[in-house]
Amino acid sequence: MHDVLRVNAARSADVNDFALKLANVNGTGSASANGLLMQAIFRMGIPVTGKNLFPSNIQGLPTWYEIRVNKDGYGARALDYDLMIAMNSQTYARDVGEVRSGGFLLYDSSWPLDPELHRDDITFLGVPLAKMCNETFANPRERILMKNIAYAGSLCAALDIDMGVVGELLEEKFGRKKALLESNHKALKLGYDYARDHFACPLPFHLQKMDANGDKILIDGNTATALGCLYAGATVAAWYPITPATSVMDAFKMFCEEYRRDPDTGKNNFIILQAEDELAAIGMVLGASWNGARAFTSTAGPGISLMNELLGLAYYAEIPAVVIDVQRVGPSTGMPTRTQQGDILECAYASHGDTRHILLFPSNPGECFEFAIRSFDLAERFQTPVMMLSDLDIGMNDWVIPRIKWDDSFRPDRGRVLSAEDLEGAAEYFRYSPEDENHVAARTLPGVDSKGSYFIRGSGHNKLGGYTEIPDEYQEVMDRLKLKHKAAANFVPAPVIQTRAGARFGVLSLGGCDPAVREALDILESRGIPADYLRVRGFPFDTAVEDFLGSHEFNFVVEQNRDAQLKSLLTLETSVPKEKLRSVLVYGGFPLSARHVVNGILNHDDILEQNRN
Amino acid sequence: MPSITKPIATHPSLKRNELGLTVRDYEGSMSTLCAGCGHDSITAAITRAFWELSTPPHMIAKLSGIGCSSKTPTYFVGGAHGFNSAHGRMPAIATGAAAANRDLLYIGISGDGDSLSIGLGQLCHAIRRNVRMLYVIENNGVYGLTKGQFSASADVGSKSKRGEANRMGPIDPVKLGLSLGATFIARGFSGDKEQLVPILKAAVAHRGLALVDVISPCVTFNDHEGSTKSYLSTRKHMVRATETDFVPPAPEILAHISPKGTTSVTLHDGSVVRFTRTPADYDPTDRAKVTEFLDKHAATGEILTGLLFLDESSADMHELSNSTEVPMAHIPYETLCPGSAVLDKLQDEYR
Repeated sequence: MHDVLRVNAARSADVNDFALKLANVNGTGSASANGLLMQAIFRMGIPVTGKNLFPSNIQGLPTWYEIRVNKDGYGARALDYDLMIAMNSQTYARDVGEVRSGGFLLYDSSWPLDPELHRDDITFLGVPLAKMCNETFANPRERILMKNIAYAGSLCAALDIDMGVVGELLEEKFGRKKALLESNHKALKLGYDYARDHFACPLPFHLQKMDANGDKILIDGNTATALGCLYAGATVAAWYPITPATSVMDAFKMFCEEYRRDPDTGKNNFIILQAEDELAAIGMVLGASWNGARAFTSTAGPGISLMNELLGLAYYAEIPAVVIDVQRVGPSTGMPTRTQQGDILECAYASHGDTRHILLFPSNPGECFEFAIRSFDLAERFQTPVMMLSDLDIGMNDWVIPRIKWDDSFRPDRGRVLSAEDLEGAAEYFRYSPEDENHVAARTLPGVDSKGSYFIRGSGHNKLGGYTEIPDEYQEVMDRLKLKHKAAANFVPAPVIQTRAGARFGVLSLGGCDPAVREALDILESRGIPADYLRVRGFPFDTAVEDFLGSHEFNFVVEQNRDAQLKSLLTLETSVPKEKLRSVLVYGGFPLSARHVVNGILNHDDILEQNRN
Repeated sequence: MPSITKPIATHPSLKRNELGLTVRDYEGSMSTLCAGCGHDSITAAITRAFWELSTPPHMIAKLSGIGCSSKTPTYFVGGAHGFNSAHGRMPAIATGAAAANRDLLYIGISGDGDSLSIGLGQLCHAIRRNVRMLYVIENNGVYGLTKGQFSASADVGSKSKRGEANRMGPIDPVKLGLSLGATFIARGFSGDKEQLVPILKAAVAHRGLALVDVISPCVTFNDHEGSTKSYLSTRKHMVRATETDFVPPAPEILAHISPKGTTSVTLHDGSVVRFTRTPADYDPTDRAKVTEFLDKHAATGEILTGLLFLDESSADMHELSNSTEVPMAHIPYETLCPGSAVLDKLQDEYR
């Protein structure tokens, strides 16, 4: 890569446009203080994003939380930090180094600062957090926890965070726990007063109330996914605990306990099975789906690896299944608490033999909700597994999204299922014949009528469902399955296309890259390099994807994996010549920023120059 | 698996059950297993049991894994849905199916390779969940379709067809079930249909997972001299530890139960399992005593058969999950979807 062409993302170092980074030790209670700050800014009506960069650990390792405030709504991860809250001595040197020139660093001045860490070009704000908390609180655990609230208090002063809003949030959170509420207020005031008395507050960059959030909500993708499964009518969920997908099932359970308990009997209109492993989790989903329930599993890459076997069975025997894959960094155990888009190829062709699956790529929690519901409809319409590929960044970080709307007239598409009445009139029934225009045959459910009974198998079968080892009969079924997959292209969410006058090339991306790519394209346009943008939202690819590729001289594919998996899939599944595709790849595990994308594109100056002439 | 359709010819004199069906109505397609295979006898016993119970065929769901045993669901109850899944994965698929519809009768057919090697984990956890199903292990100590490798149930010293002796200790499904808390544990012999049919009937009526291990000699790869799972060896060493009668739930019959059986256990649906002629020191409802009894007899080389353990009091998967009585698959969408007002209200908490 070239020496970095630094992009100062349209930041004017004044009101509602800056980024801060909080360096903490995990397991010390910093998450709630950081969440409080993020939520307070959101309630002030200012566009804000928070990124949690946390370790695979319970207690004691470095963890960071980044908050970016941007009045124009750019929500990708910032790489320039105006303010660092350095609360972790282990990472002190690194954290000091990351502050932009002219920026600020807030640290705990209970202990002297190592002179070697000093920088002339940044301002150090010392707050004796530990000292103040030790003097104020008796309980050792409380002393540690309240240090976090105390620095939040200092930030309220430094950034002009509305104390009324913060007070309201604390009230909502601890309303019933009076003692805790009081401690929080006390700690908040400690930090606030100290900062106000010792620094020129507010800092040059700070907050001012806006009205940009309307009735938007602040939600993570896993919670939204769980809500989608609830509204899709899923009744059977099977899973094995795995980061970063666990909170999908935690949230699903929470919602089910609230909204799926029969008020008269107290019994559950759902069943959640914590399986012994992912082999079993997907097996349970297949059993339940075959038997007529809407069933799903949530997992991450390592789980998908184990599920490969039965995904092949589901594909070949034509059983609906919904798999939520919250991607994390692979291969192997990889980095469980870091984000990546590394499961694209594995999911597209999961299992041995000729298999191909339907994939959906949400880019934010709103789409997680929408696509989760779509996954069930597609799985039943096409009688095949559907995998929704979210990722850790979307799934576990809080995103500001428009309020989710629900149309009460919605009814799920259960696909072709014959009822007892349908069977009564039928002379005979065969599982895989006759097919409809999407190459799907009607299925029957166990327990309905003996006339509809069939024997489903993962072994070779003919178009009627009978066992076969005859080449032509086997191929006939395999060819139909290919056509069926192709037909799904018209049913997956269509790509989102954004065109610009004078666009010189196309940019394709997917999933959680979206905010960074959109911001990057604005920056590029401001530099006289306009480009068109297509965000892929499903596989098999809609014809619009092929058209977009064909209509540009060349295309960049931006994605978060080493091997250019989306680019490979485009090469395999469309007629675009390989030479027309260039990659921008960021795969270290942290969410993408606009700078990565701009630099990644500008690094291909050979073709950019060529194209200019 | 290849299968051959059976010609349908029913003799008018064949007896009919309560549903007016003959035993032929509980058959499936023609078996393609080797002539004399123990599995075919088990198929016949299953056919008989369902016919005698007058189970509506469409209310049965048959599941299996991979292997010779797993082929057999095509050979019985053709009017039931069947699912021939993947090697060792039947327990999870049956668990999911049972989760979706608690009204059906689930019969899982597996073998010693399918359940004691590749699917051992899934078997264990299906037992722990107490999934309501009849779980049959057609146990021949050998891999048939891949031509004669030892399975995990092969006894120490048992000889393969090539004369090689197995040296690793076997996994005994009965002992495994006892240690994992299985609520119904039986062992049968494919050659003893008289004993097997009532066991299967009781297993169907049991509320929970009914584990039925059936010694089923492989005539092609494990029926030679030196094999401990041959017809000859099993006949020689088999000891009926318990004798059972299965009495279906009919009040007038219940009233006539004679007290001569040592133990009677009333099943969840009102049917009764009557243990007769069991040894004096045997209590099929006491897990510790059954374990002790089996251990005592293990050294003698005897193969104890019968319904060995029964616990009708433990909760099954749905009770453990507090599931509604209505099958999950039958709950109307209108009941499942909380609607727009709820969605709007709950989003107020995400601000």
